[in-house]
Amino acid sequence: MEVQKTALYNYHKNLGAKFVPFAGYEMPIQYKDGIVKEHISTRTHAGFFDVSHMGQFFLEGDETLIESLEKIIPADLKNLKVNHSKYSFLLNNEGGIIDDLIITRTEKGFCIILNAACKENDIKQISQFLKKHHKHLLNNDLSLIALQGPKSVEILEKLIPGVTNLKFMTGNNFEYESENLYVTRSGYTGEDGFEISISNTKVEKLIDNLISNDVKPIGLGARDTLRLEAGLCLYGHDLNEKINPVEANLKWAIAKKRKEVGGFNGWEKIKNLLANGSEKIRVGIKPDGKVIARENTKIFSSDNNEIGFVTSGTFGPSVNAPVAMGYVKSEFSEVGTTIQLEVRGKKYGGKISELPFYKKSYVK
Amino acid sequence: MSEKKFSKKHEWVLLDGDVATVGITKHATEMLGDIVFVEVPDAGKAVEKEGQAAVVESTKAASDVYSPISGEITEGNKAIADDPGSVNTDPEGASWFFKLKIKDKGEYDSLMSKDEYDKFCKENPS
Repeated sequence: MEVQKTALYNYHKNLGAKFVPFAGYEMPIQYKDGIVKEHISTRTHAGFFDVSHMGQFFLEGDETLIESLEKIIPADLKNLKVNHSKYSFLLNNEGGIIDDLIITRTEKGFCIILNAACKENDIKQISQFLKKHHKHLLNNDLSLIALQGPKSVEILEKLIPGVTNLKFMTGNNFEYESENLYVTRSGYTGEDGFEISISNTKVEKLIDNLISNDVKPIGLGARDTLRLEAGLCLYGHDLNEKINPVEANLKWAIAKKRKEVGGFNGWEKIKNLLANGSEKIRVGIKPDGKVIARENTKIFSSDNNEIGFVTSGTFGPSVNAPVAMGYVKSEFSEVGTTIQLEVRGKKYGGKISELPFYKKSYVK
Repeated sequence: MSEKKFSKKHEWVLLDGDVATVGITKHATEMLGDIVFVEVPDAGKAVEKEGQAAVVESTKAASDVYSPISGEITEGNKAIADDPGSVNTDPEGASWFFKLKIKDKGEYDSLMSKDEYDKFCKENPS
């Protein structure tokens, strides 16, 4: 498959981006400042991220669209208000996570933001449940820009008046450069911020305006350190088709009503797991020293039994220490439990930690 | 003190008598990005030419540091293990990785000069 580029590819190049192939796209991993500075400037000021590789999937239909989607998504879509968003997943028959997503109710139906690497398969999976009269579109004419950090609201309000009124996990239509765009208050960094869905033809103008307000470009490298500090999962690493929401410690994202009534893929299995717990579970991990426990690092108990593995691990610039997430046997999942991490054949001490590693409050 | 020599794996070597000081080049640190973890070898460890001797990790990935020369480690630089970020600041000075007692000066002589190394980097951008 040919490598794809977002509408901002040349813009990134001019900003001094270093590119890496990611999910079939050439994406900036970092710019001139480097990962640590980009991370810190997002936490202390504001940064923008081009996340246009993600799928913006629009669905339209009548009441039967809700029934269709609820067969594969365990959110309470029926009671989701227009312009409100939920974090949820697509589930397979075994309750495994096909993808994690944000779903927003629109006037005519729903918009789902899908992971770039999964979007084509996701649409196939969703389509199985759609009826002929349900319309759907993966809109490639739209870019998606995340603006994240404590100064985001002040800066975006100057460009798009009214965004201040958005509460976390809600969105609305706004006018910008005499064109409609959709803004949600959400993100993937643990900071206050927005995601802006804007046409490919207007996106450069928006970025010009953000940069002139001293917003720095942030690459995938810092996106990863930011989300990991915030305890957020990365699909394909912390989540996959063999992991279910109970194991992933994401049962909070299954709507209460849906937990009781079910009617979605894998419910029998998930119902059982909700009642009895799972064998393994996702936890936060803090190595004792400076050693970084990266993906696939084996985890051992203090008495040297193998109890799990790391799924994401890096150095957390705001925590100023290494941080990781992984799966351990549930009996070792209590916060504070002493563990060992095998890095380059040597065992290093560590502890099960609370998630997130870094906490800020969202605007509710 | 001798002329500073360079390897294709982006280490530098300074020779003082039969003790070599080894570190990674400024070019290497620019490729690695922000360095957040360093592991240096203990004194007494024997290393081979182009054998793994230390570890350097950036926010992106872990990389091995090879010894461009064979010998026995006399000292690892604990200061950089305590402050990995210092490798970005002064890679070719205070932030050396290890010192070793060399066996064969011929290995040192066969390494690249500064000019040869700069040319090598230009021809092999990554």
